[in-house]
Amino acid sequence: MLRYVLRRGVLALLVALTVSVATFFLLNFATDPAQALAGEDATPEVVAQIRAQYGFDKPLAVQYGHWIAGLAHGDFGDSYHWRSPVGALIASHAPVTIRLALMAIVVTIVIAIPLGAIAALRPNSFADRIALALAVGAQAVPGFWLGLMLIILLAVKFPIFPVSGDSTWRHFVLPAIVLGASSVPSVMRLTRAGLIDVLASDYVRTARAKGMRGMQLVTRHAMRNAMLPVVNVLAVQLGHKLGGSVIVESVFALNGLGRLALQSILGGDVPTVQMLVFVFALTFVALTFAADLLGAWLDPRIRLG
Amino acid sequence: MSTPATIDAGAPAPSPRALLVRRMLHHSGFLIGAGLMALLVVAAIFAPHIAGHGPFDQDLAHRLAPPAWLAGGSWEHLLGTDHLGRDYLARLCYGARVSLAIGLGAATVGCLIGVTLGVCAGYFGGRVDQVVSYLLTCQLALPGLLLAMALVFLIGPSLAVVICVIGSLHWSYYLVVTRAATMQLRGLDFVVAAEALGESRWQVIVHELLPNLLNPIIVIFTLEIGVAVLAEAALSFLGVGVQPPTPSWGLMIAEGKDAMFFRPWLVILPGIALFVLVMAANLMGDGLRDVTAPEGRN
Repeated sequence: MLRYVLRRGVLALLVALTVSVATFFLLNFATDPAQALAGEDATPEVVAQIRAQYGFDKPLAVQYGHWIAGLAHGDFGDSYHWRSPVGALIASHAPVTIRLALMAIVVTIVIAIPLGAIAALRPNSFADRIALALAVGAQAVPGFWLGLMLIILLAVKFPIFPVSGDSTWRHFVLPAIVLGASSVPSVMRLTRAGLIDVLASDYVRTARAKGMRGMQLVTRHAMRNAMLPVVNVLAVQLGHKLGGSVIVESVFALNGLGRLALQSILGGDVPTVQMLVFVFALTFVALTFAADLLGAWLDPRIRLG
Repeated sequence: MSTPATIDAGAPAPSPRALLVRRMLHHSGFLIGAGLMALLVVAAIFAPHIAGHGPFDQDLAHRLAPPAWLAGGSWEHLLGTDHLGRDYLARLCYGARVSLAIGLGAATVGCLIGVTLGVCAGYFGGRVDQVVSYLLTCQLALPGLLLAMALVFLIGPSLAVVICVIGSLHWSYYLVVTRAATMQLRGLDFVVAAEALGESRWQVIVHELLPNLLNPIIVIFTLEIGVAVLAEAALSFLGVGVQPPTPSWGLMIAEGKDAMFFRPWLVILPGIALFVLVMAANLMGDGLRDVTAPEGRN
């Protein structure tokens, strides 16, 4: 078990590091941060001065070394656009996004897993077809558009929820529904497919022979084994939700990491964008690592195999 | 008089292609998807003839006109006009061109990257496979939308940049599927025979493997069109994708957002267009998968 954990942990760290290198070079190579900082109609002299001042004239590898060394010492760099340390910016915006992502994943679980279970109990039944049609439909709805429709319907026509802002939990309901809905199709399909497999296995047949039926069979016997892959996908989806919060936060004017990212991009603020991409990637890696560990703990075949 | 039964018995078995076409014509999801897609393609091709207005023609006297069936609407502008008095139907039809171009373009870019990596990993195995799998793990960890936004905006938003950036961030699905399929094909007799006959590795890939990977690739390509269209719409909506005055559906929603409480159609119509296009691509993709790999269905 320890070897498994170590191997996975080292791999996760390596991935995070690779991603940081890729992001750094992509963002700094594809763009000219000095030009972005100086503005479009700055004279070449001003641009050159900024380039020297911030060290953009050094080779990218040196700049990266500087960046990662700072990171190791807890120095996240300074934002040009916001004129404040990037670390403080991220810390102050993170709570909103974390809250939103957690509420969204709850929405996903509450809708997708029961729907998948109902569909799996009777494959090709009417209920199954409705569930699949919902999944196909939900996949085609643009998230930001769904958000606007919910605002028109549930915040303006029937003012149940506030239109925008992030001061109370009620502000998070509509955004969480929008963000959570995007994961419903994949989680539902996976629950359904997993349950259909498990329901065909010998031990479930034994339980059926002993007189167990319907939902009881699913919740008592089948669900636990079908949930293994679902736990993994939920971790992946939670990771995507942090990155996907950009759209939802912009639609509902939530002041979280997504909005910080959008405004930093529009302001040409490469250090903040770079750090946000890295933080999101790191969180994603950590979440999937945790899911791997959970899976190994639940299933000896993974841990020992 | 001939009886159909004896003719059938004497006829040769239908060719695989004929069988495929027959299965397609009996798959309702595929037919609906293909029908909707055909409709949108026709709207995109004949955009200049459908609306009777240009997508950039401003008619400031008739700004924010409602669609014809609402009070105050006129048949002059069937779906109304936007905040600059531009005909909404014309912009929606031209917008179909933008969305289709980005969907096809980005799916092609992703296909080139993903299939190349997938086939190499599956065929060569060993080190190559390990490196490619590692690349995949890294790609999955990237916050795709955020990176796409940053790259498109910082490089300079244009149609070509949007296509390349979205495409180069969406290749994992191609990779996973072609890698697994290639691994299965690698050990089959016809591949081994081709190798024994002295075909080079690249000849084997091009002549033996790729033709047999065509079906799954087409399925993924169709599905990725929908993914790319949604990605572009999101980028344009946020202002970091296709730039005004280009008629992009995502951009139209962003432009209509400020007036949406009193003129909801400005937001609803482009959203429906997006939904229909993505739905059509998904239905076609799912249908093609059922038709080409019926054993994989459950």
